[in-house]
Amino acid sequence: MQPTLSFEQAPPISVPYRFFLTAPLFGAVAGLILALLGPETLESRWSPGALAMTHLIVVDFMLQAMCGSLLQFVAVVAGANIWRPRVVAAVVHPTITAGAVFLASAFLFEQRLLFLLAALAFVAALGLFLTVMAMALLRTPARGTSIHVLRVAVLGLLVTVVLGTVLAVTLGLAASPPGGLSMPALIDVHVAWGLGGWALMLVIGVSYMVVPMFQLTPGYPVWLTRLLPAGLFLALCLWTLQLVPGSNLAQASKSGAAFAGILLAATYAAATLWLQSRRRRRKTDATLLFWRGAMLSLLALSLSWIAFEALPQLGEHARAPLWLGVLALPGLFLSVITGMLYKIMPFLNWLHLQQQGGTAWTLPNMKQMIPEAAMRGQMRLHFTALALLLAAVLWPALALPAGLAFCASCVWLELNLVGAARVYARFRDRIGAAAGAAAPAARS
Amino acid sequence: MTSPTQVLPAHHRHCDDLFVAAEESAQHGDWAATAASFRHFHDQMQAHFEAEEALLFPAFEAATGMRGGPTEMMRYEHGQMRALLSQLEAACEAHDDDAYAGNAETLLMLMQQHNMKEENILYPMCDQALGAQADQLGAAMSAMLEQAGA
Repeated sequence: MQPTLSFEQAPPISVPYRFFLTAPLFGAVAGLILALLGPETLESRWSPGALAMTHLIVVDFMLQAMCGSLLQFVAVVAGANIWRPRVVAAVVHPTITAGAVFLASAFLFEQRLLFLLAALAFVAALGLFLTVMAMALLRTPARGTSIHVLRVAVLGLLVTVVLGTVLAVTLGLAASPPGGLSMPALIDVHVAWGLGGWALMLVIGVSYMVVPMFQLTPGYPVWLTRLLPAGLFLALCLWTLQLVPGSNLAQASKSGAAFAGILLAATYAAATLWLQSRRRRRKTDATLLFWRGAMLSLLALSLSWIAFEALPQLGEHARAPLWLGVLALPGLFLSVITGMLYKIMPFLNWLHLQQQGGTAWTLPNMKQMIPEAAMRGQMRLHFTALALLLAAVLWPALALPAGLAFCASCVWLELNLVGAARVYARFRDRIGAAAGAAAPAARS
Repeated sequence: MTSPTQVLPAHHRHCDDLFVAAEESAQHGDWAATAASFRHFHDQMQAHFEAEEALLFPAFEAATGMRGGPTEMMRYEHGQMRALLSQLEAACEAHDDDAYAGNAETLLMLMQQHNMKEENILYPMCDQALGAQADQLGAAMSAMLEQAGA
């Protein structure tokens, strides 16, 4: 069968924007939870507040932004047709949102039924999303390593969702995990696939394209573009062996797998910083600075992990995983996502307005969609909040200012994105009104 | 070997370099240098569009019978880029650095995603569809780009 080639420039603008415009709001809620519940949230990664915050950030912020971007991105880079993007977005977006709210509430209020509702919502929403995405990515005629990496990332999301569902149902039924599986091992594997197999894999696949594209850097070395996803995937498979009960091999492979995964992640971060230092376009904008902050966070995370392994009295501290979590979530992923949104939304605004108005209109250019000063101001607040969150892991008494700063940074991001959407709406209405006024004149 | 897949991506990189030279001059407010480097960039972009529109796309359409698909979208994006090039030209003449920077940013994004689609999808499809004709066509395009003063 001849693969369908759309070459459409983009799905309808409402498809990615509905995801983008709600994502930061849940980050703001996560910040408020920390501010309201205070220092006890930071006692360990297992506190109800920490679990609720984590899932609000990874699902309602990260996953939302990533799903919205992927629906947009795949259409462009793979020339792939997404099946009914408007319908998919209209189902996936509210259902994931509800699922994450159920899940966060389930942790906060310890309500078993809510775990089951969350599991149901994620299976429905992500089942649809994964099916549509797999169809598009498997049928595309496009070549390039990025497409392969995106396929692996989608597989990573599938594994994460399956394990997450098992965990939520287990908690919901207050039962033991099925098949004699150990709960801590299930959680470790779920986290590794979610952060490494899905989120980091996606960032890697996307960066092969966008890092050279935004700043005109050299491309990533070909050997590295293959080593990173293959190595990371292999490390994740080895890490997953710990689910096999009573296997000595499985336990032995665990630390080796983690070490390999961390080394690969650090190599990726260093390579990205090195490429950016060799960029041909010397301009420094908010997006570039967000990427740098993200890659430095990933390097810091890798070094911290090695230090925790080398110094068990440090690594076994209850708050050590929180330190890694802050570097991973706000430090790495939210920085990349924010930097990307500041490029994607102005461009999509322009692209869609241009398609509607044609060359007859003088449209605002990309730099007129979100003021540069607003992006840089929000960026400074974001990195201040990151520093405060790290400080609060060391001194939990700082939970209130850290939570408030993080909340404020997410609100500011939301305002910047809403501002961009309003510029779009204003010009769309003007173009529509002009077309409406011209149509009767043409008929008479 | 001079198939389109070998000739055209290299010329994309060349256009990127010319884009950067013009953008940097504009950023420094050196409008005499900007005018000269923008002209070079502009002419190379036009030559690239023309080589594709006059030679590659018709050959692809004849070989595959696909007229309304990828090549139509690529022509449409060439039109969008030509419009932005005109706006850059106007900004250059008016010595308007904000307009230059904003339109340059927009053009760069459009160029890069356009190049990505061509390099990952369309050019490999062309090589495959054109068979033995590919090298001949690549050589003709190469000559056309050189004539434009690459």
